[in-house]
Amino acid sequence: MEKNKSFLRNEGVQALLSSILCIIIGLIIGYIVLLFINPQGASGAILAIIKNWANSSRSTLQLKNLGSTLVNTAPLLLCSLSVLFAYKVGLFNIGASGQYTAGIIVALYGALALHLPWIVCMVLSIIAGAIVGAISGALKAYQNVSEVISGIMLNWILLYAANMILSSVKEPSDIYTLKMAKNAPQAILPTLGLNSIFNNHQYVGIAIPIALIAAILVWIILDKTKLGYELKATGLNKNGAKYAGMKENQNIILTMAIAGGLAGLAASCLYLTGITEWSCATASVPGMGFNGIAAAFLGGLNPLGSILSSYFIQHISMGGSFVDLSIYPSQVADLISSIIIYLCGFVAFFKLMMNQFLDKKDAKGGK
Amino acid sequence: MAEQYAIEMLNITKRFPGIIANDNITLQLKKGEIHALLGENGAGKSTLMSVLFGMYQAEEGIIKKDGKEVKIKDPNDANELGIGMVHQHFKLIECFSVLDNIILGVEPCKNGFLQKKEAREKVQALSNKYGLSVDPDAIIEDITVGMQQRTEILKMLYRDNEILIFDEPTAVLTPQEITELMKIMKNLAAEGKSILFISHKLAEIMEVADRCTVLRKGKYIGTVNTADTTMEQLSSMMVGRDVSFHVAKQEAKVGDTVLSVKNMSVASKTKGKQAVNNVSFDVKAGEIVCIAGIDGNGQTELVYGLSGLEPLSAGTINYKGKDITSTSIRERSVMGISHIPEDRHKHGLILDYPLEFNMILQNYFEPRFLKNGLFLNRPAIRKFSDRLIEENDVRSGQGSITITRAMSGGNQQKAIIAREIDKNPDLLIAVQPTRGVDIGAIETIHKQLVALRDAGKAVLLVSLELDEVMDVPDRILVMYEGEIVGELDPKKTTQEELGLYMAGAKRDGGNK
Repeated sequence: MEKNKSFLRNEGVQALLSSILCIIIGLIIGYIVLLFINPQGASGAILAIIKNWANSSRSTLQLKNLGSTLVNTAPLLLCSLSVLFAYKVGLFNIGASGQYTAGIIVALYGALALHLPWIVCMVLSIIAGAIVGAISGALKAYQNVSEVISGIMLNWILLYAANMILSSVKEPSDIYTLKMAKNAPQAILPTLGLNSIFNNHQYVGIAIPIALIAAILVWIILDKTKLGYELKATGLNKNGAKYAGMKENQNIILTMAIAGGLAGLAASCLYLTGITEWSCATASVPGMGFNGIAAAFLGGLNPLGSILSSYFIQHISMGGSFVDLSIYPSQVADLISSIIIYLCGFVAFFKLMMNQFLDKKDAKGGK
Repeated sequence: MAEQYAIEMLNITKRFPGIIANDNITLQLKKGEIHALLGENGAGKSTLMSVLFGMYQAEEGIIKKDGKEVKIKDPNDANELGIGMVHQHFKLIECFSVLDNIILGVEPCKNGFLQKKEAREKVQALSNKYGLSVDPDAIIEDITVGMQQRTEILKMLYRDNEILIFDEPTAVLTPQEITELMKIMKNLAAEGKSILFISHKLAEIMEVADRCTVLRKGKYIGTVNTADTTMEQLSSMMVGRDVSFHVAKQEAKVGDTVLSVKNMSVASKTKGKQAVNNVSFDVKAGEIVCIAGIDGNGQTELVYGLSGLEPLSAGTINYKGKDITSTSIRERSVMGISHIPEDRHKHGLILDYPLEFNMILQNYFEPRFLKNGLFLNRPAIRKFSDRLIEENDVRSGQGSITITRAMSGGNQQKAIIAREIDKNPDLLIAVQPTRGVDIGAIETIHKQLVALRDAGKAVLLVSLELDEVMDVPDRILVMYEGEIVGELDPKKTTQEELGLYMAGAKRDGGNK
């Protein structure tokens, strides 16, 4: 047999290359947009975005900013795992944001109103996300309702539920929920000493290793286990799975429950650090779940790739805050990072282009 | 005067990673002739046709239309040259109506509005002219495989194509429909259309084709006039050795009843009635029972009921003395029932899984394929899959790691059969096990069925092929409109009598 294994044909290499290509093109387009707005500051601004925490002059401050990026990376990674897990089973979990919001409701209410310890809050937020995911799954399995439609609707239902329920634990004179540090110290995630690495960054803690372990677990479940074999078979061919005696409807619900659980976990990994509060006047579905979609695709739909892509997206988003606001309007940071995130969706397209190019080359070299 | 060729494919070579699918193949189609293309699965017929249809580009060789060299880069180019094709696996949009599928891509429009009336009239006219009966408003996913195929043929006729390629068009048609199609093909040829007829049914080729080109393992073997050749010669050209057409088997040693079906009914998904209506029969150990009938008379639903894919609306199923009417698919499988499904793409395979994962589809949960009950034991799976591939001559580009979708239909079928028989079932339900499979492999599959029977297992065969129905089983049950209308002894009956039962003209219970 003729060997025809180009290094470029390797799936991992392809995924990495096309992700890098997306990032570069995203940065170039972002740069062009900056040029249009104000040519003088464009180079400085794009550099500031790329450098993120490295913008700070003092190393102690750099470490602190890196820490903040990591704190925000953990929930994004979990959301991207949520999207990825469902996607591998043939489901598009656009409802990750709603599941994430369900996690926020339960985590914050449990911490601030019921004064539960962090571990209980975390488990409850996983369960809440899983239930919301399972609703979409059950609708899909038994009534063939698209998980995209039910997911989007649940996103909004949970957004308003969050505003309503969490106003019982908000500051009396403000729209934000109560400060965790003052009102629910028992529910703050342990730091495990990780905070000392980042110049005593109080929010860095257990959430980061939890997210990393989740990534590895998702990879193992999908690739190495009987459960993964069944779930992927169901996603690829529901009829075939049924023929093979798998419980195809249960598998769809289970998949969405696991995806929802990951998104719910993401919520407690961010809100139980105390780094941010929920605004009870929030008018749009949290972007975390949607960015999870971008991170999942940018990571080549590989759980380990998600670790890198989630960090990158968070890095760019946080980098936006270093753009000189005397030159650019404050929205420009979000604009640039959204352009780059948007381009991340083109990973599959670049992969296709690469394969077509290789096919052509092989066809020529085939003689 | 030199011969007039409608299409010439000269010295075509096409390679894929690991395989030369077409090795210097020449095919010349005369104007107005029916030219058969014969070869086993994986001989390169489909690849050659894909090259002609512009789906693949050949590395070497040229294509000529009416003596002039042409480049066919995609199916649109082929369309413009008047080349039309009915594919082996239909290219239909499942949720569209028959009419919508036929006009897809060439919709008649006026000011941007669809002119469906016009289209409907043309389709009706074609349908009447060629006796291809279809309901233009039926949705594809609701109609039988046979009717889907007629839709494909109409699609080609609707486009007024000059060169018509039929990729194994008779595989799913009834004997009557096949005769009808043969007539149509002859008419079309008489009208000056040129037909390429891909098949491995030798009798059909002998009947309808003027000339026949034979391929074997990607190589060109020869082109012969059917008038100057015999079926035996064609088959040995195709397979490279002599093939027996007859299934040799001993007298059946019938044992205990394995499967006993009583008053079974299954509701129809599309029509508001019973697809299977009050059916009772037994299958005993050591015999092959064949359900014969024209496609769409309830055989599919009968098997769905037996395998557990659909619930019964009435009746009971008894297997080895146990009532399994409401047991799950998995339990039935574990109890020793194997099922070779009718539709290998819909049920039989996870097409995007590698071959090795499909080989364990029915027993992946067994301890031998697992570590600690949770993790897949990849070395054990690979070893198992390699053995099945080796023993059953399943051909693919990269063996166990080949993505199943990339394999030829016949080899996909061989993989399913290997998997189902390796389970060593007490009852094998085999639905059209030889559909789209070449002669050499058909012989092997029939031998496997007989071997199971001789080992004292029960075999329920569902077949649309008259030769198979007459040759393989010990008893024939004929289904018509959801009922069993006759039980026949294949040794005492004739194809004509069988045909009468299948067409519903006789329903007196048979000769037994």
